[in-house]
Amino acid sequence: MIEQWFPNVNWEKMWVATGETLYMSAYSTFFTFVFGIALGLLLFLTSPGQLWANKMTNVFTGAFVNIFRSIPFIILIILLIPLTNLLFGSMRGPNAALPALIIGAAPFYGRMVLIALQEIDKGVIEAARSMGARTSTIIFKVLLPESMPALVSGITVTSIALVGYTAMAGVIGAGGLGTLAYLEGFQRSREDVTMMATILVLVIVFIIQFIGDLLVKRLDKR
Amino acid sequence: MIQLTNVHKKFQLNGSEIVAVEDVTVAIQEGEIFGIIGYSGAGKSTLIRLLNGLEQPTSGSIMIHGQEMTTLTGAGLRHARQKISMIFQHFNLLWSRTVEENIAFPLEIAGVKKSERKRKVKELIDLVGLTGREKSYPAQLSGGQKQRVGIARALANDPEVLLCDEATSALDPETTNAILDLLTDINERLGLTIVLITHEMHVIRKICHRVAVMEAGKVMEMGNVLDVFQAPQADITKRFISQVTDTADTDAAIAHLREEAPQGKLVKLAFIGERTEQPVLAELIRKFSIDVNIVQGNISTTRDGAYGTLVLQLVGDVAIIEEAITFLHANEVKTEVLMND
Repeated sequence: MIEQWFPNVNWEKMWVATGETLYMSAYSTFFTFVFGIALGLLLFLTSPGQLWANKMTNVFTGAFVNIFRSIPFIILIILLIPLTNLLFGSMRGPNAALPALIIGAAPFYGRMVLIALQEIDKGVIEAARSMGARTSTIIFKVLLPESMPALVSGITVTSIALVGYTAMAGVIGAGGLGTLAYLEGFQRSREDVTMMATILVLVIVFIIQFIGDLLVKRLDKR
Repeated sequence: MIQLTNVHKKFQLNGSEIVAVEDVTVAIQEGEIFGIIGYSGAGKSTLIRLLNGLEQPTSGSIMIHGQEMTTLTGAGLRHARQKISMIFQHFNLLWSRTVEENIAFPLEIAGVKKSERKRKVKELIDLVGLTGREKSYPAQLSGGQKQRVGIARALANDPEVLLCDEATSALDPETTNAILDLLTDINERLGLTIVLITHEMHVIRKICHRVAVMEAGKVMEMGNVLDVFQAPQADITKRFISQVTDTADTDAAIAHLREEAPQGKLVKLAFIGERTEQPVLAELIRKFSIDVNIVQGNISTTRDGAYGTLVLQLVGDVAIIEEAITFLHANEVKTEVLMND
């Protein structure tokens, strides 16, 4: 019956494209999580009244985040072609999309991390200081664990946005379901291919959201 | 053991200077419970934070156990803080950790081994009466239980000083009393020096040995709790004492009496310590042929003894009334004439 509804779908190509989408999403989500947390912590800790209060660093980091957050993704990909070439020696294939995906998403996630950290009760940080905790202890045992549910729900949202971004990465030949839907589906007027690619993207998004919600529920003890 | 000398703390806020603590000199003895009372904005929160270096003074010296706190930085300061622990009005527990994990936190900071941590946590849970709640999260506890976790956490590294920042202000009266009993118990059992700040005279009366009254950054009055209760000097102290002695009814009762029965003398008696337990009044009535009308009375207990006030209307021959008052003085009862006829 599936063959009947989707006569033009080349399943082998479809699975390869799904694999590429998953590959790009997973790697970019991982690095976005790491860099976003680093950026968010830097923004938080250098803000006035915090442990590393430093106006210069704070303004500089804030500006960096805002600039990269406001460049449209499609333009960012093109701007980063030289960097990508330098890193991977090529600008084709799923790896080529990663720098743009990460640099586009990490500042966005960094802002979410900042908001999550600002939600932490100041008294808890003060309590840790009063116990003689060093800053690294405060980061790893207070700030991150206490904001973890917000950090996880933030990365869920970002990860879903990244799945969408991977589709756009097709313009530099990164592959994935977006490229497949555009080249094999839209350009050849094979609506069933476009439809199948869309369904698979939806399934990926739903799974990410489901896992995210489950994790938040398990982590949140408030 | 704690010596503050000429401590000043100024803040810059939007270009203007705010003096939070002004020229405070206080000596706190080892093993005592020292209370600092003041309304919000009096500078007491800043003062207590100077003791563990959460705030640095603008000038002055803070010595704790012979260690000058104001020059400590980095590892030295962090190490000193492990021996000067603190509990908070809003408990400030980590909600992501269970009761036992919260109590283990300062031990992790101090680098205590896991097996030793487990033993210590168990001991502390028993001490503060939270046995059975080890695996609960703070969100599942009542306010009083949360403060017990806060106290256990503060005691984890065997501190020499415990700072209490409005530790009972977020609790209901009954829970407040239970927590104050626990603090007294800890003070007696572990010989811990406790410095607490509060805006409730009830807390000072119930557990403190000595008290300092703060207003606008300055210490207005300081002394043994019972002495301060007996003879408050500063107006602010009198206001705080009236929190626990006078009820709103007292003034109303006296005003009413002035209108309805203006004859005789209205005298306020103050009984201190053992005097509160002696039948001075019965003797007075037996000895002198005057009418004694009890208008109002109450007894406040402090750590070092009781303090009572009694308002009497004495009606009769003026000379005999004078004699009666002299008799009261002879019995170490302080009197204050509120109204003559």
